[in-house]
Amino acid sequence: MKNIVEVRSLTKTYDGGFEALKSVDLDIKQGEIIALLGPNGAGKTTLISSICGITRATSGTISIGGHDNVTAFRAARNLVGLVPQEINLEPFEKVINTVRFSRGLFGKAPSDAYIESVLKSLSLWDKKDSKVMALSGGMKRRVLIAKALAHEPRVLFLDEPTAGVDVELRKDMWEVVAKLKEDGVTIILTTHYIEEAEAIADRIGVIASGEILLVEDKADLMTRMGQKTLKVDLAEPISEIPKGLSAYDLTIEGEGLLYSYDTKTDRTGITSLLADLQKAGLKMTDLQTRQSSLEEIFVSLVADKEGAA
Amino acid sequence: MNFQAIKSIYIFEMARFFRTLMQSFISPVISTSLYFVVFGTAIGSRIESVEGVGYGAFIVPGLIMLSVMTQATSNASFGIYFPKFIGTIYELLSAPVSFFEITVGYVGAAATKAMFIGLVILATSFLFVDFTIEHPIAMIAFLTLTCLSFSLLGFIIGIWAGNFEQLQLIPLLIITPLVFLGGSFYSVTMLPPIWQTITMFNPVVYLISGFRWSFFGTADVSIGLSLFAIGLFTCICLGIIAWIFRTGWRIRQ
Repeated sequence: MKNIVEVRSLTKTYDGGFEALKSVDLDIKQGEIIALLGPNGAGKTTLISSICGITRATSGTISIGGHDNVTAFRAARNLVGLVPQEINLEPFEKVINTVRFSRGLFGKAPSDAYIESVLKSLSLWDKKDSKVMALSGGMKRRVLIAKALAHEPRVLFLDEPTAGVDVELRKDMWEVVAKLKEDGVTIILTTHYIEEAEAIADRIGVIASGEILLVEDKADLMTRMGQKTLKVDLAEPISEIPKGLSAYDLTIEGEGLLYSYDTKTDRTGITSLLADLQKAGLKMTDLQTRQSSLEEIFVSLVADKEGAA
Repeated sequence: MNFQAIKSIYIFEMARFFRTLMQSFISPVISTSLYFVVFGTAIGSRIESVEGVGYGAFIVPGLIMLSVMTQATSNASFGIYFPKFIGTIYELLSAPVSFFEITVGYVGAAATKAMFIGLVILATSFLFVDFTIEHPIAMIAFLTLTCLSFSLLGFIIGIWAGNFEQLQLIPLLIITPLVFLGGSFYSVTMLPPIWQTITMFNPVVYLISGFRWSFFGTADVSIGLSLFAIGLFTCICLGIIAWIFRTGWRIRQ
């Protein structure tokens, strides 16, 4: 698949000397949803701001749809819509006027029909004549999305779109994102919420301390996450694995045994393991299962990174 | 050139003006009326005439300039400071617009508002005093240039300002005194010689003098010098804005 955004050796050092991005390379494929995960201060917003032209990169290049975002900034920016993290809206203006303004700012001729369709898809149509300041927080977030979509962008950046949003609205947002993907819009979202990345992304990137640690297909990550372990606590500790159990992938840990298995397969082997444990004369006191989640992978990656730094 | 963007910024800014039309309209009318009552009628009745013009009429161009300069500056500075303050500036920075287009949109809207207020004051003046405008085209030209150049100045202040206090600082500390001491309410020739010389360093003198010439055909300084002064002022403001945009100073990190 073609890359719609290409980031090469991007660095950003702020005036105070803070190095927010350290040589970032990132390819975003046309039509995908990519989630950038990372702790606070990882550089997610700086990366997005640099791509969208809000901050100047210290070095490196960014191209959007083949257009350099500095030398051909008009062509590059025409393709991009941005939903910022903060609710930055003109409070005294009507919803529909702020959306019209955004469309005009991007050089598009007025189109009430298109703006109507955007507002309707975001359930904002009946609020179109309300002043922005009269809306709830969730509604304001929708207005931000409507503004970002007002000029029919091909690439949409969502900077923590569901931070501080209730569960229902979060689900609504995911639906909106899915709909946009159907329409062929490429979506880049940053988030703290692992489940959000799991729910909607095609690929997942992890960023920490200004570096991209990994970018992987969600499916591959899910396979890694499919590994589960069963912990069997025994009444009496054993020093070696009994002969009858050698066929199982077992390790001794403390007073018990650890068994790794794959939840995605038809047979997990748990039933026969338990039967064989009994045959071997081992007494069980407790059973626990554990799944390595994306969150654990993420936390260990970030911890390694920050430990090394 | 992204004309659509210029139009959008202009319309959006004018909408702010129309939302507060009553304040925008009533406050200059009231303050002008007060000036006429105090200076024109109460004090003016003791002053026969200045350079052959009745004092009430004499202060009309000065009053218009006083309001136009302060309004243009405050409108333009607020216009660009407000998006910075509430954060909506992100949209301007991420849009396919050049800084030139942004300036035209904001400065154009601020100048229009100032022009509107100037014309309202002019209309109000006719209720209080009797006068004719000798050079109406020159009058409109001077008014337009003043609106534009002071809106440019306001735009710079709005970009520079880091808080609302700073936004008020320059208009309060510099523009108002310069306008008051720039011959709004008197002719420069009425001052003692030493002050006449000092006054010549005040750029506002040239603007008010030129504007007054378009009304009454008399001026403190030659009309050519007035035009040169306002042209120079506009060029300096444009130069500063060009520098701001090239460096992204206080706008783009």
